[in-house]
Amino acid sequence: MCLSIPARIVSMTDGPLAIVSIGGTEVKASLALLEEAAVGDYVLLHCGFAIGKISEADAMESLRLIRELQQKETGGEGE
Amino acid sequence: MKSLEAFRDKELVQLLIEEIGRIAPPSVNLMEVCGGHTMAIQKAGLPSLLPPGIRLLSGPGCPVCVTSYDFIDQALALIRKEKVTITTYGDLIRVPGSGGNLAEARALGADIRVVYSLLEAIEMARKEPQKEIVFLGIGFETTAPATAAGLDLAVKEKLRNFSVFSAHKVMIPAMDALLEQGSPIHGYICPGHVSAITGSEVYRHLPSRFGACCVISGFEAVDILESILMLVKQYVSHEPVVEIQYRRVVRPEGNLKARELMDKYFELKDDWWRGLGVIPYSGLKIRPEYAAWNAEEKFGMQAVENKEPPGCICGLVLKGVKTPADCPLFANICQPSDPVGACMVSSEGACHAHYLYREDG
Ligand code: SF4
Repeated sequence: MCLSIPARIVSMTDGPLAIVSIGGTEVKASLALLEEAAVGDYVLLHCGFAIGKISEADAMESLRLIRELQQKETGGEGE
Repeated sequence: MKSLEAFRDKELVQLLIEEIGRIAPPSVNLMEVCGGHTMAIQKAGLPSLLPPGIRLLSGPGCPVCVTSYDFIDQALALIRKEKVTITTYGDLIRVPGSGGNLAEARALGADIRVVYSLLEAIEMARKEPQKEIVFLGIGFETTAPATAAGLDLAVKEKLRNFSVFSAHKVMIPAMDALLEQGSPIHGYICPGHVSAITGSEVYRHLPSRFGACCVISGFEAVDILESILMLVKQYVSHEPVVEIQYRRVVRPEGNLKARELMDKYFELKDDWWRGLGVIPYSGLKIRPEYAAWNAEEKFGMQAVENKEPPGCICGLVLKGVKTPADCPLFANICQPSDPVGACMVSSEGACHAHYLYREDG
């Protein structure tokens, strides 16, 4: 089925519809399932509806924690 | 968002594989419940990169795969009624029913239209008041809120020529049923986008009642491997819990607005799943207050008996008991171009994903 894809909100209309960009391609999407959203937010698009927001800060944090594994390993080998 | 690409980074993939290899037990069965995960795992070739003791099983989380013959047969009966137009997501039109599929009916002249979003179906109902636009609602908690939002529009606009034939299902009762029926699962790679809606609390009983490890995972190779690492850690320490790997999207409380809309328009009913049979409170039906938008009520549809395609072992594959390669029809009689069972239709289906990325393919 239609998978969820990340998209960025480009502009809002009066109703629940917004224009979002999927890697540069602009399409209409409904924000009816979101509590709040603003231009610039990253959302997950599923069958034309944004089902949740994507947090860049959490993404960076996850990556940082994984990279820590590496330091642990190389650190461990050096001792 | 630049950081998203890093979740495909080869070095991080390698790092995680090494770490998993360091602590992996001799044998552990992990089930990826969601079809999106099945596809991502096969595409990234993860099974051959992981230590041999880690078995990944494909679960019942591909909406098309668990759709019954019966649903297709009823849709085919519905399309014969006057003025009815059926709208559906693309994957569904090639799912076999006992009397052919929707694509064949369309080739013979039936008005069956593929939509990307239910909003298109609503737009058709507005523009073509002489038609009865029926939307086939399939999918789990990820798609059900969209259908609820569509119903909300139709009810508020008093759009009387729009209705939904719901085969929507909820995921957790099926995950319970698998464990109750004795499927050999030690941990679940929990569905990321379903969880974006439901939150993580809904899995709480799985560790305590069944001892099952649970990690809610994202869909890139790094996400899935980190989730496997978290599951393996839980498993070897005998401390099953619910953890969220997919923190950039999933909140413990889920998406409250989407859940409210779902609750407003749907109630739970017992539902039939391929391979698992009838599972209590696992399906979503439209609440009686909104019967005017429920195609089953509106057109007096009759339930028919559920049958399985002869020879297809989809049911056992979805339970994690068999793999697609165990099926005698796999890749010979049953192919994506001419599927026997639903698991070969959708690209998220276990058989289709195995077919596309199989080693001799
Ligand atoms: S290969 Fe085809 S027939 Fe066999 S289990 Fe899969 S879908 Fe069913």
